[in-house]
Amino acid sequence: MDSGTVSGIVTGILIVTFIGITVWAYSKRRKPDFDEAANLPFSDDDETPNHDTSASPNGVDSRKNDSCKSKGDRNT
Amino acid sequence: MSTAFEHPTYNYKVVRQFAIMTVVWGIVGMTLGVTLAAQLVWPQLNLDLPWTSFGRLRPLHTNAVIFAFGGSALIATSYYVVQRTCQVRLFSDRLAAFTFWGYQAVILLAVVTLPLGYTTTKEYAELEWPINILLAVVWIAYAIVFLMTIKRRKVSHIYVANWFYAAFILTIAVLHIVNNAAIPVTAWYSTSIYAGAIDAMVQWWYGHNAVGFFLTAGFLGMMYYFVPKQAERPVYSYRLSIVHFWALIMVYMWAGPHHLHYTALPNWTQSLGMVLSIILLAPSWGGMINGMMTLSGAWHKLRTDPTLRFLVVALSFYGMSTFEGPMMAVKTVNALSHYTDWTIGHVHAGALGWVAMITIGSMYHLIPRLFGRTEMYSVNLIAVHFWLATIGTVLYIASMWVNGILQGLMWRAINPDGTLMYTFVESVEASGPGYIVRLIGGLCWVTGMLIMAYNVTRTIKRGEEAHQPLPQTA
Repeated sequence: MDSGTVSGIVTGILIVTFIGITVWAYSKRRKPDFDEAANLPFSDDDETPNHDTSASPNGVDSRKNDSCKSKGDRNT
Repeated sequence: MSTAFEHPTYNYKVVRQFAIMTVVWGIVGMTLGVTLAAQLVWPQLNLDLPWTSFGRLRPLHTNAVIFAFGGSALIATSYYVVQRTCQVRLFSDRLAAFTFWGYQAVILLAVVTLPLGYTTTKEYAELEWPINILLAVVWIAYAIVFLMTIKRRKVSHIYVANWFYAAFILTIAVLHIVNNAAIPVTAWYSTSIYAGAIDAMVQWWYGHNAVGFFLTAGFLGMMYYFVPKQAERPVYSYRLSIVHFWALIMVYMWAGPHHLHYTALPNWTQSLGMVLSIILLAPSWGGMINGMMTLSGAWHKLRTDPTLRFLVVALSFYGMSTFEGPMMAVKTVNALSHYTDWTIGHVHAGALGWVAMITIGSMYHLIPRLFGRTEMYSVNLIAVHFWLATIGTVLYIASMWVNGILQGLMWRAINPDGTLMYTFVESVEASGPGYIVRLIGGLCWVTGMLIMAYNVTRTIKRGEEAHQPLPQTA
């Protein structure tokens, strides 16, 4: 097999892999998992954990919690 | 620094160290850039000394802004994001501390050796072999800290930002080691193990992937965490982010030859590099759209939140420069643009508009949180910084477009008898006004960074004062 054939086969494998990834990513089955993953930046809601909590209990955190619940017009 | 800010779970100390050095190296690197811009207007500013000549300060500038400023920002944010999205402390405090001190040592060695003239002459890989070995060790330690933290995560998913950071860390390790493979001759001199066109190809495989993985994938990791955080809504499409990731990783690797159009590189390699550079537009814009659309329903926040403005304008410049890049990779366009100031303008559209702006936006989100607050000392000063940075970038890019096209056209202009219409020095002379405008743009940037340094200092001070009267209870 010459190098051109090898390149062609590798290119073909990469294209098939990429299409496979796309189909997998857009399959309905993945949606709940991805929604969960997309919210990871917000699940850790001790926004200012090293803040002096005795001074303002949950003062800044309440805003954060609100925004976690309302997804707004987020596209899915 | 006060120990009052210690987090019960996370290692914020190393994040704080890298975050502060991001601001420091940003000022150093950009001041060097302004110095070089001024030297191009007034050449006597090189003081007639070898150590301050353009050829030695220029690699110091690129290393300082890319690896010192950008690198510190990437490590700071990756350590922060990986801890918060995996909900677990960094793998090893000691190893993390080693990455900080080791990385700063590499930068300091660059600050010393580059002006002294020790260089491998490989662009963006100028450091000599002893420093390269140290950097390889530090980088592997960084990879261990980051990947082991992911391995020990408390959540089932690996958030998409961590995928981008991981790809950036692993690829940079491979690129750095392969491109810097050299035979040491003396303590501060080595020769590459590659020769001729292969050396050039390896160098630009490295060079373009430094753009693709250091300046793109890493900062996209930053984007996928800090844009949703600051906009207070999840990323527009998580599915798109996955396709974006794999498409970007698969395509970027092959775009390097566009740096070597019309050289001794085989013609088919040049054409392949051109085609894959054009394809690269798709994943780049996919990511840009994903970031932008995250703001749908939150656009009004831009009116009041200059930090979000930094992040969104960064995405705009990202979209713009990833359109410009594939266009410049087309051989016929490249015939005009290559070796001119257009390339410098394109690089800075990416470096200032995308990399620095996304970094600064992320830092304005991150720094107060590292010091026990959610807001910077002054939001107005962030707004001032935003306008200085935006105007500075526009002045920079516009002047270099004009200069680049002017130079390209002057160099290729020929008389009917086939001789060149202009001498080279005539094109240099014609570039003078553009160099002055570029210098003004650079001054805007440095001023903005100094304002940021003031704002950061006051934020830290205020945080410390707030902690003084009440000793930590936790």
